[in-house]
Amino acid sequence: MYEHDVIVVGAGGAGLRAAIAAKNEGADVAIVSKLHPVRSHTGAAEGGINAALREGDSWEDHAYDTMKGSDYLGDAPAIEALCKNSPNEVIQLEHWGMAFSREEDGRVSQRPFGGLSFPRTTYAGAETGHQLLHTMYEQLVKSGVQVYDEWHVLNLAVTDEERPEDRTCHGVVAYDVQTGEVSGFRARNGVILATGGPGQAFDHTTNAVSCTGDGQAMAYRAGVPLEDMEFIQFHPTSLPSTGVLISEGVRGEGGILYNAEGERFMFERGYANNDGELASRDVVSRAELTEVNEGRGIDDEYVHLDMRHLGEERILDRLENILHLAEDFEGVDGLEEPMPVKPGQHYAMGGIETNENGETCVNGLYAAGECACASVHGANRLGGNALPELIVFGKRAGKHAAGAEMEPAKIETGQRGEYETAEIDSPVTLGEPGSFGDADAVADGGTVAEGGSVDETSIVERAVEAERKKVDELLSSDGIHHSEVRSDLQTTMTRHVNVFREEEGLKQALRDIREARDRYEDVAVSDPSRTFNTDLLQTIETRNLLDLAEAITIGALAREEFRGAHWRAEAPERKDDEWLKHTMLSWNDGTPELWYRPVILEGEDKTYEPKTRSY
Amino acid sequence: MSTQVPKGEEVESTTDEAASSPGKQRRDTAKADRAGQQEKQREAEERAKANEDTVQIKVFRYDPEVEAKQEPRFDEFHVPFEKGMTVLDSLMYARDHYDPSLTFRHSCRQAICGSDAFFINGSQRLGCKTQLSDLDEPVRIEPLPHQDVVKDLVVDMDHFYEQMHAVEPYFDPDELPDGELEEQRQSRANREKIKMSTRCIWCGACMSSCNIAAGDNQYLGPAAINKAYRFAMDEREGEARKQERLEIIEQEHGVWRCQTQFSCTEVCPKDIPLTEHIQELKREAVKSNLKFW
Repeated sequence: MYEHDVIVVGAGGAGLRAAIAAKNEGADVAIVSKLHPVRSHTGAAEGGINAALREGDSWEDHAYDTMKGSDYLGDAPAIEALCKNSPNEVIQLEHWGMAFSREEDGRVSQRPFGGLSFPRTTYAGAETGHQLLHTMYEQLVKSGVQVYDEWHVLNLAVTDEERPEDRTCHGVVAYDVQTGEVSGFRARNGVILATGGPGQAFDHTTNAVSCTGDGQAMAYRAGVPLEDMEFIQFHPTSLPSTGVLISEGVRGEGGILYNAEGERFMFERGYANNDGELASRDVVSRAELTEVNEGRGIDDEYVHLDMRHLGEERILDRLENILHLAEDFEGVDGLEEPMPVKPGQHYAMGGIETNENGETCVNGLYAAGECACASVHGANRLGGNALPELIVFGKRAGKHAAGAEMEPAKIETGQRGEYETAEIDSPVTLGEPGSFGDADAVADGGTVAEGGSVDETSIVERAVEAERKKVDELLSSDGIHHSEVRSDLQTTMTRHVNVFREEEGLKQALRDIREARDRYEDVAVSDPSRTFNTDLLQTIETRNLLDLAEAITIGALAREEFRGAHWRAEAPERKDDEWLKHTMLSWNDGTPELWYRPVILEGEDKTYEPKTRSY
Repeated sequence: MSTQVPKGEEVESTTDEAASSPGKQRRDTAKADRAGQQEKQREAEERAKANEDTVQIKVFRYDPEVEAKQEPRFDEFHVPFEKGMTVLDSLMYARDHYDPSLTFRHSCRQAICGSDAFFINGSQRLGCKTQLSDLDEPVRIEPLPHQDVVKDLVVDMDHFYEQMHAVEPYFDPDELPDGELEEQRQSRANREKIKMSTRCIWCGACMSSCNIAAGDNQYLGPAAINKAYRFAMDEREGEARKQERLEIIEQEHGVWRCQTQFSCTEVCPKDIPLTEHIQELKREAVKSNLKFW
């Protein structure tokens, strides 16, 4: 068994920032990640990092834009923490050598982005995430944090008191991809999940193949509620054939969207009379699909994004990477012709419920980055707000886990304080997916010890034993291949839980997920090897996707209103009287339980009043 | 090392392996499913073969732990072709439809994570960035040469990472601006100068293509030297630090080993002018030594 003060799971932007922060506090930190850090999906982020750095801008304005963008479903303490800390964190990156794009005077450049009242998006060409990821990895190397790369975390070692709020996380169980060894990692102070989003639950996504929401699924099964999972961002400009992202930076720099009739539809069809192409992402995605659905799409599938008028010099200076992506993945020369684009799954606003210090309701368990929900993004994330979230909340979680003195959080976690329970109107039985082979429900739920009498090391050891058994069973039984199940799941999610949602489609999705869960009971791994068995790991990831897809759909079916990225045919308007509340879903040992917690609109100095959201 | 095995036989051998694995609890339904699935797979492959619009790929296979794969060989797969299909797409298709044990690293599918550099038809390329339509058939896909093969297309990257770490790959300025919110200034020209060098995605294609690296295991290699270049040329770092960086790269297994064959530059999927960067550092090293001579 390995032992450290702080174990960080995942090595993208949030994980690296958390590890560096914890190390700076003097903690013995290790990162455990299924990918080598530089392979993390943070590297694919293109557009930029919002930070109120300049004269004429303020963190208050950034917070206002973010709250409006969230359609008033963000929690003010989290949003204000993001916007206050982002400038320092961006300058920290610059002090670490990040190659930002620069102004003539040598200062960091900023550009306009959707939903922003000031051009506050700092960037490095159209490869900001790559530059951020590598800069932080460099600092990680400098700091000497130990990295267990290509170690796939299979589960958390959490005690099993009845109420999740009484449980404690003592470490993780991980699988060494190269050797097949299953080992325990005991965390003396805390475990920080920084495992990214569940984009692979959908079949047209900008997300990497590795984005399978592992941390979310593990935390959920260990008792931590998932928050606002129905809010999935569909980015308006992904390439139709592959889902590869074309940065919002293209529109930020002046790129224009056209339909098949050559209309600049964002204005001409009245979707966003003020901001046009730079309306919030949910607005633009709905506009594009409406154009396609009403017969004005190109090939009945997509619209055009044109940046030719920006001129070669400006494109090469600020958007060069976009030219490569359009050429390599769609065969289009962005200097000569418009690029085909359509909405693609891009980001999960919801995730593991945390407060603004990254704590979950389980003691010693933290989450930061896309896998977490503090909540900063509410019902819709603004472009350029994901990267600051990684560094601001990664740092806060890292510091807190390492024992630094911090202001107590204002946001409540778990079933404490004010909340209400609700019924789920599902056409099928939810949850209880059976398990791998005949593994018992306890091992499946991620909780291992009885009562509080067992010492911490044996809690991790018992979790290790349960995972070994599961791996052995998967490797030795016969059954179907997981890829069929995954592919069907992705198809139904993209069909029914997309930009436009309706009751019957969502119910059908729950039926399909039920069927997929039942079939998953018969999965087996046909590669018998203990060496680099990706068949095994993807089979385990597929289980995680099933749990998360179900959570997304339950939330979407229950929320009968239109807010941010979540649109319902039966109720196409925002209902503040009824729905200014977060959707919470607890695993409840295999019988998902739905409940709600009020949104916190009271900021430090002011209360954010929900207004009509127009761009 | 090429032992071409017809696909039909390979399916048979997979079945044999499964039948002999110990401690298995065979459920009847699952068994039926599996048999049905294999039948489906075989039919799909037959259909794909019969269909003219398929691509034939030949993939290197090796697993030290599995008896049937201990002897390296090539497996052939016929994959239905769609416009825009990449080498990575074909590998994923073959894995998901024909042989789940087919193993390769991949993640982002968009040439930024650097996981899927392979030796494709005789040169180092990223699988996700290589269109099948640009290649002669059968497309031959092998692991990166000059690196230890872990399994199938997966190579051991540890040595590559060690070389990257050996150049002290982190920004290290002498001083920082006083104000907490004040950035260091960097001219647009200087940012432009280091821009290409910051695009490295650590895929290892350059190192694998380099004859010198193949013969001298301690050679830092193009990627690590490029990393050193990225910092040595950054005006935000101090002069003393630059000298230290030059000392690292002018050592015995550093820049002077490069014989300007340009193979690294040719294969770099991010178009980084690696050879030029190495030459420029040679000049810098000479200049700085002259100061002391």
